[in-house]
Amino acid sequence: MSDVVEKTLTALPGLLLSLDSQPGAAKLCATSRLGSLVRSITELTSKNVGEEMAEPPAGPRSPKQMKEIMVRAIYCEMLGYEASFSYIHAIKLAQQGSVLEKRVGYLAVSLFLHESHDLLLLLVNTVLKDLQSTNLIEVCMALTVVSQIFPKDMIPAVLPLVEDKLTHSKEIIRRKAVLALYKFYLIAPNQVQHIHDKFRKALCDKDPGVMTASLHIYLKLIKVCLASNYKDLTDSFVTILKQVVGGKLPVDFNYHSVPAPWLQMQLLRILALLGKEDQRTSEMMYEVLDESLRRAEINHNITYAILYECLKTIYTIHPKSELLEKAAKCIGKFVLSPKINLKYLGLKALTYVVQQDPNLALQHQMTIIECLDHSDPIIKRETLELLYRITNGQNVSVIVEKMLDFLRLSKDEYTTIDLVGKVAELAEKYPFPCSVWFIQTMNAIFSIGGDVMQPDIPNNFLRLLAEGFDSDEEDRQLRLLAVDSYLSLLECDTSGLPQRFLQVISWVLGEFSFLKEGLEPADVVERLGKLLDDDAITTETRCWVLAAMSKLCGSSDALCKAEKVAHKYTSCLDTALRQQAVELELLGRDVDLRTRVLPQHGARNQLEVDSSLSFLDGFVSDALARGAAPYKPPHQRQEELSQEKILNFEPYGLSLPVSLSACSLTDRQSPTALSLSSSLSGNSADPPLKAGSNLLKLEGVKRVWGKQGYLPEKQATEEALAQEPSSIFAPSHQQACSESQQTTFSTIVEQDQEKRQLASSLFVGLGSQNAPCLVRTVAQNLSDSTSEAVPAVGNTEVVEASEVSSLSGGSGPLAQPSSQVERGLESDLPSRLPATLVGLLRSDVEELCSGESLSLSACKVFDADALVLAIFLSNISDSSIQEVSCLISSEQLKVPEMCSTFSVLSFYLNEFVLFSLFVCFSLCLNHLYSEGVAQCQGWEEHLNLGEASLYHSVSPPASCSCRPLPLTTEEYGKMWLSFSHDVKQNLMLLKHEEEDQLEAALTALKEKLCLHIVDVIGAEGIMACQLVSGRPCLLHCHTHGGMLAIWLRSPIADLPDCLLYHCQKAIQER
Amino acid sequence: IICCPPPLQMQFMLLFSRQGKLRLQKWYVPLSDKEKKKITRELVQTVLARKPKMCSFLEWRDLKIVYKRYASLYFCCAIEDQDNELITLEIIHRYVELLDKYFGSVCELDIIFNFEKAYFILDEFLLGGEAQETSKKNVLKAIEQADLLQEVRLGGGDLHGI
Repeated sequence: MSDVVEKTLTALPGLLLSLDSQPGAAKLCATSRLGSLVRSITELTSKNVGEEMAEPPAGPRSPKQMKEIMVRAIYCEMLGYEASFSYIHAIKLAQQGSVLEKRVGYLAVSLFLHESHDLLLLLVNTVLKDLQSTNLIEVCMALTVVSQIFPKDMIPAVLPLVEDKLTHSKEIIRRKAVLALYKFYLIAPNQVQHIHDKFRKALCDKDPGVMTASLHIYLKLIKVCLASNYKDLTDSFVTILKQVVGGKLPVDFNYHSVPAPWLQMQLLRILALLGKEDQRTSEMMYEVLDESLRRAEINHNITYAILYECLKTIYTIHPKSELLEKAAKCIGKFVLSPKINLKYLGLKALTYVVQQDPNLALQHQMTIIECLDHSDPIIKRETLELLYRITNGQNVSVIVEKMLDFLRLSKDEYTTIDLVGKVAELAEKYPFPCSVWFIQTMNAIFSIGGDVMQPDIPNNFLRLLAEGFDSDEEDRQLRLLAVDSYLSLLECDTSGLPQRFLQVISWVLGEFSFLKEGLEPADVVERLGKLLDDDAITTETRCWVLAAMSKLCGSSDALCKAEKVAHKYTSCLDTALRQQAVELELLGRDVDLRTRVLPQHGARNQLEVDSSLSFLDGFVSDALARGAAPYKPPHQRQEELSQEKILNFEPYGLSLPVSLSACSLTDRQSPTALSLSSSLSGNSADPPLKAGSNLLKLEGVKRVWGKQGYLPEKQATEEALAQEPSSIFAPSHQQACSESQQTTFSTIVEQDQEKRQLASSLFVGLGSQNAPCLVRTVAQNLSDSTSEAVPAVGNTEVVEASEVSSLSGGSGPLAQPSSQVERGLESDLPSRLPATLVGLLRSDVEELCSGESLSLSACKVFDADALVLAIFLSNISDSSIQEVSCLISSEQLKVPEMCSTFSVLSFYLNEFVLFSLFVCFSLCLNHLYSEGVAQCQGWEEHLNLGEASLYHSVSPPASCSCRPLPLTTEEYGKMWLSFSHDVKQNLMLLKHEEEDQLEAALTALKEKLCLHIVDVIGAEGIMACQLVSGRPCLLHCHTHGGMLAIWLRSPIADLPDCLLYHCQKAIQER
Repeated sequence: IICCPPPLQMQFMLLFSRQGKLRLQKWYVPLSDKEKKKITRELVQTVLARKPKMCSFLEWRDLKIVYKRYASLYFCCAIEDQDNELITLEIIHRYVELLDKYFGSVCELDIIFNFEKAYFILDEFLLGGEAQETSKKNVLKAIEQADLLQEVRLGGGDLHGI
């Protein structure tokens, strides 16, 4: 087959040439040469015959034949043969041919060439001519080719002509002109800036086609520029969508009896962008979105496509609960559909939506489980994506396991990179289901991800190990585990392990193997040495191994072994490797130097790095004295180079950056800031010399060096700092699951026990997102008693917090607490708190109310990430109580998952304390908001004990939900700028006589509201706090003339308002 | 040559037969020939290996592939990940409808022997990777007008020749 095509190809240039030499001569009948070419090619493939076809037709060609030849060239190119010789002829054909040949010419040009092809310049003139033509078809062709490919630099030449076409009488021309301008906008946005008002005209065009075309531009404009510039158009877009949805367009635009679906989708996308984080604009579109949802009834792909877009819009714009509910129902249509394509899209929609409301996943958990085992990998993949979004501390290990299972089967590199990144992220985010799990997961990541994964994954892991977590003991455990697991890995066959993994292994062993008692460094050196025997190991990995060895050669035995290995590499060609080997030898000989340069891990922190490289001062000044040029940082050199237009004849002008990059090579190989190379350079303990002695220039030089050395380190610390807040601000999932979902879950028929188990492990904790500490407190103690506690919603009477005192004072049916209880309260109850809560800040134990035989008391415990309400239910009668049923309801506050938070810590019948409940909930914005501003809402429990019944409500004060947010002034400044919602108000300071009003006010706020004072500068003070859920709020206070001007900013809309209210209260109460 | 493609735009469209023969290719993002060949080869292989009951969507590199089989021909589009797969499926379907109407119950051979016509229709329907004209009537009207002119010219030319 290839023979034939090649023959054709060799024949074609001849044909083209002969045409050029004798234009318009003999007229050969233009039978379809393409047809015969195609036919013979097909025959050849089936019969496998090598002869025939494409004998060059004798004689020169007319444009008509030229057209035929061009079509053949296109065909050949499609088959994968190069036909670049015909490109120029395509341009010629477009230029010279009449309309019919022109069409093929233009087509060939658009298929052959790409935007930056040189030949395209030759087309500009043709396009110009055709744009001015009176023949509509020619104008259309020119506009079509312009919207496909056009050289960027030549846009100004055709722009006026294209603009003219916007007012053409034919709609097809107007439409193509709009699309051509769209194309120009894409490749050179600056050049079409002046015609934005013409786009508006196109938007108002009476032809729907032109209007649709203009939406492409608007979508792009709104996406790229600020959406705020186009808010005024919202009304128009909404009106258009209303008309389209209402079927006002001509029937021509219907697609399977759905009116103009493409137009609808475009509009929905635009609305999503406009309504994002803008309540007022969003309100304008609720109605039409509702209408769109309602209209999408026909069971056809196209309605689903619109529905999907509609869902996305609804979940992107400012939320409206009614609409969200409807949208959530629609997701069911997708997910439960038997059609696999719809199911896939449903999963995709869920993935998008659960970021805002993780509970939606709960409704479809069985479907999700089924999709997880689906035979089509893409469905599985999307399901994993969904699971990734709903991961929390409780289900992380199951989800990660599923992801790793998928990874083990997947061969696609892109998927591997993406998924490995996600697994690593999850493992680092929730490293402590247990340490063993963490290490194992990371091992799996390294062995699967291999050398394709992002390099920051191993780096982050090593940093995590090196910097550790909160407690030293845990860190030690983790490191020890890592060492153990790597040692056992090294015992097996290591040839299959990826290079990156080997690097991690050698670094960890070098750094932490001393932690393992009874392990001789010499053993480790030997095992590492074995790695080097493998030829497949790269030089980079060899460097890592040698670096690890140099850390290990404390004992003479180990040293001896290490030197033997290193000696091989002292004459190696690779400079980095050679340096490492030589260093090892040198450090081995000089024990003092070694301990100074490579102290054991614990001592690392004391190591001072002379980042200004002052120990080189002598060398530099000597060099300067000998006439060397002072050092210039790279960017300065770059600038100077670009400024100097003349040729640079200096022979060594570029040698400097080269040697620099060689230096930084070693830096890159050591992952932590305190790496071998940096500690080497920092071995001078002298403080930077205050070089008063020699040359003036030296000072400038030193400063630059200092900057160079210092900057990266500062960045590193900043990064580390930045990491902490980012985890705090990670969008915490919104509200807890309502009990109704809980019950639907429990009513699911137990068909498949295994799936149910999987479901419960996957979706555990989804409802109680806000109380991650729950697990710790409750998990072990969670017993069957949960079944006794039936959540009841809304049956109980709301008792306002203010009435608590009167209740506990003994009004109504409730008896006075006995003295026994009072005595007990002081002494015994707090000791009944679970171990995890002991030692935390807590309020006094208060008795809330009591009946004849039971008494109820509670205290608040301030955990770092939650407010724990510990409730004690005590038996105050003499007789034993056989059965207790407990009803807990919380209507307004939605305390997450009452049942699971309910734990029986002690159940001593006849004894003093009957049992205690520990309820953890973190107050999120809603609580604070409603408690502060709206009506008083309480957390209420209703205890029903035989005949006696106690009920009571607690409403936690606002300050319970605030935690100080430790920030530096710099961080504060950055965050301040990035937050969008702010409130400003002047508050009256009552005490005029105070000396330092500001400080007094700040202290009051700090005490009452748990704020962190970041800084006080003159008459201004800045403070920061966060809600338990991790949402930050920044305050700026300023005093003047007895007034306190407070300015609050937060990324959450209502938070500043609400907090302001509390500030006001705090200042007044002062 | 390769520049960053603007989002939410179709990247390319391929038509190939069940035997893996390319029948039509339209690239909306600039790529080198070598790259195009590589992509085509990989994609044809992947899509042909899929079972009939499987999803019409496919993750490939950082793109989504939407494909559908009509008789012996596979229609295959590459879109961005955020884009709507279903609507792309319908774009393919609309294109097939257009071909069907133009050729009168289209078959693979129609496209092989008149592939330039198939390109013309595609260009009238999709321009620069975006749906240009979604009204079936309007697309076909535009094509017919151009064809008509062609035939008139052809007829005129022949007359002149005689």
